[in-house]
Amino acid sequence: MNSLIDRRLNGRNKSAVNRARFIRRYKDQIRKAVRNLVNERPIGEIDQGGDINLPARDISEPTLHHGAGGDREIVHPGNREFQKGDAIERPRGGGGGGRGREPGEGELVDQFTFTLSRAEFLDLFFDDLELPNLVRTVLGDVNQKKMQRAGYTTSGPPSQLSVRRTLQTSLLRRIALGSGIRAQLHEAQQRLDEAVQRGAPATELAALREQVEDCERRLARVPFLDDIDLRYRHRVAVPAPVAKAVMFCLMDVSGSMDENKKDLAKRFFTLLYLFLTRNYEHVELVFIRHTDNAEEVDEHTFFHDPKSGGTVVLSALELMHDIMQERYPSSSWNIYGAQASDGDAFGADAGKSARFLSEHILPCTRYFAYIEVVDPDDIRRSSLWAEYERETAAHFAMRRVRERGEIYPVFHELFKKEAA
Amino acid sequence: MNTIAAPFVQRRQPISSGGEWTFELLQRYDEAIAEVAAEFGLDTYPSQIEVITSEQMLDAYASAGLPIGYPHWSYGKEFIRNEQAYRKGYQGLAYEIVINSNPCIAYLMEENTMAMQALVIAHACYGHNSFFKGNYLFRQWTDAEGVLDYLVFARRYVLECEERYGIPAVEEILDSCHALMSHGIDRYPRPQRITPREEEERRRLREEHERLRYDDLWRTVPVSQQHGEETRDRREQVFPPEPEENILYFIEKHSPRLAPWQRELVRIVRKLAQYFYPQTQTKVMNEGWATFWHYTILNRLHEKGLVDDGFMLEFLQNHTAVIAQPPFDHPAYRGINPYALGFAMMQDIRRICENPTEEDEAWFPEIAGSSWLSTLDFAMRNFKDESFIAQYLSPRLIREFRFFAVADHENEPVLYIDSIHDDEGYRRVRSLLANQYNRDALTPDIQVWRYFRDSDRSLVLRHQQTRNRPLHPDDTDAVMKHLGRLWGFKVRLEEVNEDGRVTAARELRP
Repeated sequence: MNSLIDRRLNGRNKSAVNRARFIRRYKDQIRKAVRNLVNERPIGEIDQGGDINLPARDISEPTLHHGAGGDREIVHPGNREFQKGDAIERPRGGGGGGRGREPGEGELVDQFTFTLSRAEFLDLFFDDLELPNLVRTVLGDVNQKKMQRAGYTTSGPPSQLSVRRTLQTSLLRRIALGSGIRAQLHEAQQRLDEAVQRGAPATELAALREQVEDCERRLARVPFLDDIDLRYRHRVAVPAPVAKAVMFCLMDVSGSMDENKKDLAKRFFTLLYLFLTRNYEHVELVFIRHTDNAEEVDEHTFFHDPKSGGTVVLSALELMHDIMQERYPSSSWNIYGAQASDGDAFGADAGKSARFLSEHILPCTRYFAYIEVVDPDDIRRSSLWAEYERETAAHFAMRRVRERGEIYPVFHELFKKEAA
Repeated sequence: MNTIAAPFVQRRQPISSGGEWTFELLQRYDEAIAEVAAEFGLDTYPSQIEVITSEQMLDAYASAGLPIGYPHWSYGKEFIRNEQAYRKGYQGLAYEIVINSNPCIAYLMEENTMAMQALVIAHACYGHNSFFKGNYLFRQWTDAEGVLDYLVFARRYVLECEERYGIPAVEEILDSCHALMSHGIDRYPRPQRITPREEEERRRLREEHERLRYDDLWRTVPVSQQHGEETRDRREQVFPPEPEENILYFIEKHSPRLAPWQRELVRIVRKLAQYFYPQTQTKVMNEGWATFWHYTILNRLHEKGLVDDGFMLEFLQNHTAVIAQPPFDHPAYRGINPYALGFAMMQDIRRICENPTEEDEAWFPEIAGSSWLSTLDFAMRNFKDESFIAQYLSPRLIREFRFFAVADHENEPVLYIDSIHDDEGYRRVRSLLANQYNRDALTPDIQVWRYFRDSDRSLVLRHQQTRNRPLHPDDTDAVMKHLGRLWGFKVRLEEVNEDGRVTAARELRP
């Protein structure tokens, strides 16, 4: 007798573990592919997951089998015009590959393509990174709290008194304490009524009345409302991490910032953005570019629109501060700043900028990173670097980047898992 | 459920109409199909029909259809490949997967229509199932009763090892074993291990034999002392005394480096390879048999009036798609479709039995005109693809398929048509096609030749070439590394040509 079983409700992702194994095994290759993918995309679209190509060679499983060469005969169906003894050119590419393919052999694919989900994509990307202080400051000693109802307590401020609950308890208490007395009263009353009916002597009646009154007195002594009846609405403060973050991208676009330097900067901004999206539900981007004056622009203009002029770093910092004041109060936004520049600053600008940064911007931001993109052969310290270097706040970091390949290590270092 | 009408009514009401299926309908179809299968005398294991979703089907695909498997990245790769192809619409999913176990487990996809479910039940639960139960290779090589238990054990063991020795260490060994899986198979059954009682019995018989043959006269015959010494020495030096073709077995038993748990892993992979051994050799027959039976059973249901014409049209459309054989120059050509060839051969055998032509009388005198049921049953039980084709492929089918053989010889600058579907060529085409399904011709003949136990512990394998066919150079180098990992000492693979001379060798020193 055959049995029929509905297995549709059983686990679906039986292969998930094998899939994870696969990703684990080819992590290095996949990570490389992810990195390439990141380079091609605009910042906002980076966290989409995506198709990963791995060279099929790398992941093939070798077996012992015959190669080309030697003698053999192969049978195929569908002969139309061949006669015995006809000669056919060897197909291209196969010394002795025979006609067509081996039976059962699928098409050879050079690329093994598969799709990473968004989560897998980002996990690979940030593998051992961690947002600076994120766990501790945002989830640990949070400043933002939200009050939440949490039942009732027996003590609290009068404003939180719950009348309904209090009266409920009082009623309960009165019933509980009064029930015995009420039973006695009822009994005494009955005996009194009986005695009155059968015309008992006055002394007996008086004694019975006394009993009834005694019960009534005792009943009256149960208070309507007691201290122990009071109930207050309980509220607890739960940590409410601010789920919104804003990221300010500041870049010097003066003549000395060439395409290569901008490209470096873009990569850095991208990484920071990705990082933030992984930890905040909602991340906004603000692009501020500056020459001798600063302006807020969209992403495309920011990276691709050429502009020339002098350099006043302070203007960008001031604009950032203004925008923060106006649109992103630090009480409800996590503010991150990333500044990219080649370090050129003239005269007093560097000093003023550093002071403005430490006095007005750093107190409101969660993290501020400065990267200096420099020419590969440049080793001198810029004036801005020299000034910024004095800044000692823990959530301020600065690095120099020369080449594309350095971006990732630098980023890695900046946001290294804080072991302490 | 007493819904099926009494047997004397010839035309019955169709069981259902429309595409929707329900569990109750599945049950009723299964009962109807079982009845027909019994008419034809199909002998099956009980079936366990499991309805699953397409995602679960993808899962089942990844592990070669096994319901339980140990975790390994290669299954993940397979899963990703199938999933990708399925999601993008390059490939549909199989309607069913059936597992050779007792009870025989068949997976039905919930997306199938009622007609498809009925087809699948007939195909898997009666076709494949009876093949598993009847065919000699399956009877000999797989233990349908125990396979699920073994899979559970294997999975648990691998997981335990991973916990104890780490995932990478386990993965390493499994990778290496997978590379050698095709050479981890016993092609000939080993004698059953004897029980102590049997051993005792044998000893007694030996002694008895000695006693009967005892003759004091032998003592006086002089023995060539020297000669005896020499052979004993040689025997000790040469190990293994006979070449061993099951490389994984040899590694499991003799590898100087492997820890006991690693040996057990080798054994698990070897057992799995052995489990699949009959399947690879009976693809054409197995699919042909199952396809033949779903076709025959469903037609019988239609004759009885249990299914309506709409059902039959849907069934026939799917059936035709399954047995399509594109010609060699068609873009969709992927070699010979085992369903097409197998189904055509089964149908052809039935035809030869029922309406033999003159040609059939000449070619198949022993089956022409015999009972088709018993002839097919005999064929199913006693053949594998190679011998089945060699025995039963008729000239008529060779003409229908327009088979032709291409000769690809190393020393010729061009390919030659060896033979085609004409009087001269039938036998040649048939034997070549049969050989195309001969596993021994497809898998290179590589055997363990020497194990120098007492010197450097190196292992020597020999590849006996047939018709000068070399091994695939890159892949073989890769497999050598895996061999080296399992063996732990020097490994040498020698190429031996048909004259028995070693022509080339590759060596690996870990």
